[in-house]
Amino acid sequence: MRLHFLERTIDGLHAGLALALDAENSAAAGGLLQQLDARVKVAGLFSLILAAALATRLWVIAAVFALAVALAALSRVSFRVLATRVWIGALAFTGAIALPAVFLTPGVALYRLPALHWPITAQGLTTAGFLLLRVETAATLALLLVFTTPWMHVLKALRVLRVPVLLVAILGMASRYILLLLETAHEMFESRKSRTVGPLAGAARRHVAVASSGVLLSRSLQLSGDVYLAMQARGFRGDVYLLDDFAMTRFDWLALAAFLALAAAAVWADR
Amino acid sequence: MHIPDGYLSPATCATLFGGAVPFWYVALRRVRKALHTRLVPLVSLFAAFSFVIMMFNLPLPGGTTGHAVGIGLAAVVLGPWAAMLAVSTAIVIQALFFGDGGITAIGANCFNMAIAGALVAYAVYRLLAAGAAIGSARRVVAAGLAGYAAINVSALLAAIEFGIQPLLYRNAAGAPLYCPYSLSVAIPAMMLGHLTVAGFAELTISAGVVGFLQRSDPSLLQSTAGRAAALGETAARALRPLWAGLGALLILTPLGILATGSAWGEWMARDFSDPAARHEIAASSFHRAAPLRAPEGLARWSQIWTAPFAHYAPPYIRSATFGYLLSGMFGAGLIVLACLVVARLFGANRTWRTHSCMPRPHSCRRPASAGPAGVEKSLDTARTSACATSKEPAT
Repeated sequence: MRLHFLERTIDGLHAGLALALDAENSAAAGGLLQQLDARVKVAGLFSLILAAALATRLWVIAAVFALAVALAALSRVSFRVLATRVWIGALAFTGAIALPAVFLTPGVALYRLPALHWPITAQGLTTAGFLLLRVETAATLALLLVFTTPWMHVLKALRVLRVPVLLVAILGMASRYILLLLETAHEMFESRKSRTVGPLAGAARRHVAVASSGVLLSRSLQLSGDVYLAMQARGFRGDVYLLDDFAMTRFDWLALAAFLALAAAAVWADR
Repeated sequence: MHIPDGYLSPATCATLFGGAVPFWYVALRRVRKALHTRLVPLVSLFAAFSFVIMMFNLPLPGGTTGHAVGIGLAAVVLGPWAAMLAVSTAIVIQALFFGDGGITAIGANCFNMAIAGALVAYAVYRLLAAGAAIGSARRVVAAGLAGYAAINVSALLAAIEFGIQPLLYRNAAGAPLYCPYSLSVAIPAMMLGHLTVAGFAELTISAGVVGFLQRSDPSLLQSTAGRAAALGETAARALRPLWAGLGALLILTPLGILATGSAWGEWMARDFSDPAARHEIAASSFHRAAPLRAPEGLARWSQIWTAPFAHYAPPYIRSATFGYLLSGMFGAGLIVLACLVVARLFGANRTWRTHSCMPRPHSCRRPASAGPAGVEKSLDTARTSACATSKEPAT
């Protein structure tokens, strides 16, 4: 049955909230990556993503992907979560983009489709493989980061990549209020749905979406004023300080060394 | 639109990240100077808003749905520099936490959407809405087209980035290492969807929300409206001398009767057979004689319409002076009436409060008149106070 547009929007907003909740729950579980300092995870997983991006051999990217899967298993991130959150979506989206390349990329023809006589080229298969493997690997590593680290720790750890403290504060506040606005929007659409009988016409549906956006914008800007007043009341004068409660242990240093060694090995093997 | 990891080479990502850094630096300096302590909450909340509306399902004609990015809206409400920061923040959070867009492609996505998109949207909006009142329909159209242009420029940049990958990065066997499609494929493939579905979604949200804000909270549109929009309030006062001048000119219109001869080229068909008129035609045409008969086309077409005030001398008024004056008043009145109709159609006669710091009940609290008045009053006082403190000099 075709879903009502309000229901589809509600589902989308709910999925966003569910992802945040799943990530927080998973980050609290006791696994390998959960025990590491957030800065080690940011630097280490980013170096692996970079190694996968630099690779020019399929087996190197496949090896990094296998490493990511192993890390997920050791960190108690279930394969079901990985499959539903990353692998299936990436396969469907990138697969649809990569598929024509199998036929369109010039090269040595390996096979011709019976009726259409389109050639499947070796180069086409290779380039589609590069695209799919790279996307799956990077998306898996990125999900590992947010599913094994509280979001605020991820943002604070960005300081290790020399991100200015002001931007880190903006990112932190934005990520917190995203959850609030997601819930606000969710409630708006839920209440609208409860007052709606039967299908809406196209123009009416657009009107609902646009009016909801307008109300949400007004609320966001009003909320920014309220937040600003609260910050002023607490003595905020424009200088941003972040509590640096990270402490590197010997295990963290070992893990960082291992991450960097593996990334370097991937780059070396690709020569 | 959000480029994932793996589609662009690390070198392309690094180049675009490097290209984005100066814009971020300038934006941060400018916005911090303008907003000072308000920077963090305003940009954060708008980034959160931008993120959430990207999840709204927007029904489009034809049964399909689209998602807006909110670039046009951000540029219209915040201006280009704050919009860059807000949309960049939303893109970074999407990439880090929601897997929408790649981590290595953050620079590219920010460059395409947050930077180029915001600049294009702002330029288009200011160009098309120049001089329009805050409540005018032209601002709605301008906002919609700004969003449409922004999303398509962003898509074009992304398509070019995709399209250059197979030219630059291939393995030894000739297989493209990143995006496999050349410019001739990438550009049409990207633009087809954005010129239609995604562009229309962005147009609808930008125009629709600006229209909504015009009715509910027009002060939010003031900061990017420019100086011309503020003229709306003082327009009546500014027009007073012009009305006085128009009245004086109307009174002086009979002076036109004193002029002799006829304007070159404004001849009637019968003038060609009238000796006196022929003499005037020759005198004003370097003494070259006019044809003996009116040209066939002129003779035929000049009979189609007979003006009620022909030669500024209505046939039913004997006094030439009064007839000339009446013609002038009638003509000027018609022009003023036409202008009023056009202004009415495009809403240019609607004026709004121009200062966003005016204490007022917020739109979403208007129905709260049934609630405790003291709370409303304290909120408005707080808002006024917030605006006042935002003007403190940067330290």
